[in-house]
Amino acid sequence: MAVLKYASEAILNLFRPPVTTSYPAAPIEYPDGARGHIEITIDECIGCGMCVRCCPCGTLSVDRNAGTWSINRFDCIACGYCVEKCPKKCLHMIEGYQTPDAAKGEVTYTKSPEVLEAERKKREEAAAKAAAAKAAAVAKAAEKAAEN
Amino acid sequence: MAEVIHPLEVIEEIPAEGLLGKVMEKKNAGMRLSQACAVYNEGKYELSYSFADDTTYEYVTLRIVIDPETVIPSITDIVPQAVFYENEMKELFGVKIEMIRLDYQNKLYRIEKETPFKEEG
Amino acid sequence: MKKRSIIPFGPQHPVLPEPIHIDLVIEDETVVEAIPSVGFIHRGLEKLVEKRDFNQMAYVAERICGICSFQHGMGYCEAVEHIFGVEVPDRAKYLRTIWAELGRMHSHLLWLGLLADGFGYENLFYQCWRVREKVLDLQELTSGGRLIFSVNKVGGVIRDIPADQQRTILSTLDEVEQELYAIRDTFFEDYSVLSRLKGVGIITKEQAHDLGCAGPFARASGISTDMRKLGYAAYGDLDFEPITSNDGDSFARCYCRMQEVFQSIDLLRQAISKMPQDNELAVAVKGNPDGECFMRVEQPRGEAVYYVKANGKPNLVRMRVRTPTFANLPGLCEMLKNTQLADVGLLVLTIDPCVSCTER
Repeated sequence: MAVLKYASEAILNLFRPPVTTSYPAAPIEYPDGARGHIEITIDECIGCGMCVRCCPCGTLSVDRNAGTWSINRFDCIACGYCVEKCPKKCLHMIEGYQTPDAAKGEVTYTKSPEVLEAERKKREEAAAKAAAAKAAAVAKAAEKAAEN
Repeated sequence: MAEVIHPLEVIEEIPAEGLLGKVMEKKNAGMRLSQACAVYNEGKYELSYSFADDTTYEYVTLRIVIDPETVIPSITDIVPQAVFYENEMKELFGVKIEMIRLDYQNKLYRIEKETPFKEEG
Repeated sequence: MKKRSIIPFGPQHPVLPEPIHIDLVIEDETVVEAIPSVGFIHRGLEKLVEKRDFNQMAYVAERICGICSFQHGMGYCEAVEHIFGVEVPDRAKYLRTIWAELGRMHSHLLWLGLLADGFGYENLFYQCWRVREKVLDLQELTSGGRLIFSVNKVGGVIRDIPADQQRTILSTLDEVEQELYAIRDTFFEDYSVLSRLKGVGIITKEQAHDLGCAGPFARASGISTDMRKLGYAAYGDLDFEPITSNDGDSFARCYCRMQEVFQSIDLLRQAISKMPQDNELAVAVKGNPDGECFMRVEQPRGEAVYYVKANGKPNLVRMRVRTPTFANLPGLCEMLKNTQLADVGLLVLTIDPCVSCTER
């Protein structure tokens, strides 16, 4: 017979501490593998746009020339597909969940000026190299045409 | 080690006229209707009626391919639980099914667009 | 002839937060006919295949349902893998089994709690959900999500369960099992539970078969069918038998689900002890799928059918999910006939309806 089955439980509960925590006054404890939000080490990003193409909910955007990476955190479903696909492994899942807010908004990360400057120089060098190669090719073609 | 069942899973293509006869045959063989669905592909409807056997786990799918204008009979007189599947096909794809036992008159789902799954893109 | 009247039940009703509407035709207090209508929350997720490629659809499939989300993702991935003809690494199969069984445990405990709440046994409801919380913590520990795991991908899984987490699972399972014994005894022996469940809403074996019922609903009527016997994931290596009951009433459905929680604990122990020690979690899938496949998986609520049709493009032609509640709705309407109006709420609950996945 199941009479007073939970009597012992009820008496014990008088002396037990509460099961719940007083969040947000007490800090939240995340388990080891907690899936939180996406963070980027922006200086390592090469702006390839792989994360933008693979995101199932279209929350990311990348501007290669301006060196920015934006995320609308309220659209993000924290699936982690971009983290898996990133070729430079500069995206990470960091613990801590998105806090509520009155309005949706994008967060934009911009590369540091030094990195941007270095990238600009590299691009210029590459452009100069390409231009030189092109000029050489043109000259060679002209030479060939003259020979014929 | 548990025994793993590797059941027969086949897709039988049949003409639209033979549907009721085949459904009757499957029902008499003791199979239950597991699912029915429609696909709109390249201007044709592909309707699949899958029957499952609970003991042998056999899975037989009857497939009929029809033009959008073809009217097909409802199988609800033979298999009553097909009403939801047929109403779904009718509402989302616009498959012309006549004589459904409990016809929701395209009000199974409360959607704005008519036959949203029929167009592509 | 007695006077007939129609009482609308739902979409907002006291038993569970699922938007199902039923028109009950009643004579005095007895229901003579029930006409269900769903469709308040149709989201058109199947239509999304035109906008998302087959890899992204794995994450969409998971969001069909919040309770059996992992099993939805797994069913979809298994179907696409079947089309590709790839074999998932053994360890990934076992990991999928572990997550699927954790999901089954928490789903059944949720249902048992709701059932207790449905017949007014608040205390038992709290006990069930207190135990369920431990299972949810295990899920968060191993996958990072309490309900939506996002660990499946076409070709395998993306996370591993290391040895220390396996030990945590085993020790928590021991605690959960001890606590469940008391809950089981209450469900099986308590006078107030039995008086509400015994002999209410009977579906015979023939009716269940004719109406195409699936899952615990069919097993409670004596149909011994369990899609896990098909041996998807690692179920082929594990030892279990479907749990059935011959009564077909509400208590039988409660009995089946309660015993399945213990079966899941057993399966989890088997899976963890048999898990192979290799490091490979996924195989690379190259190209796009071409072909079609019907995949059946056993979800907590019953057999779910995934139909995937692809034509060699990144976007699938069709993804169709037949969820277990969709198959159980005709059985529900039959069951409601000749019952008392006061029992309707409880009886709707006993098929474990998940209307959100029904409408997708």
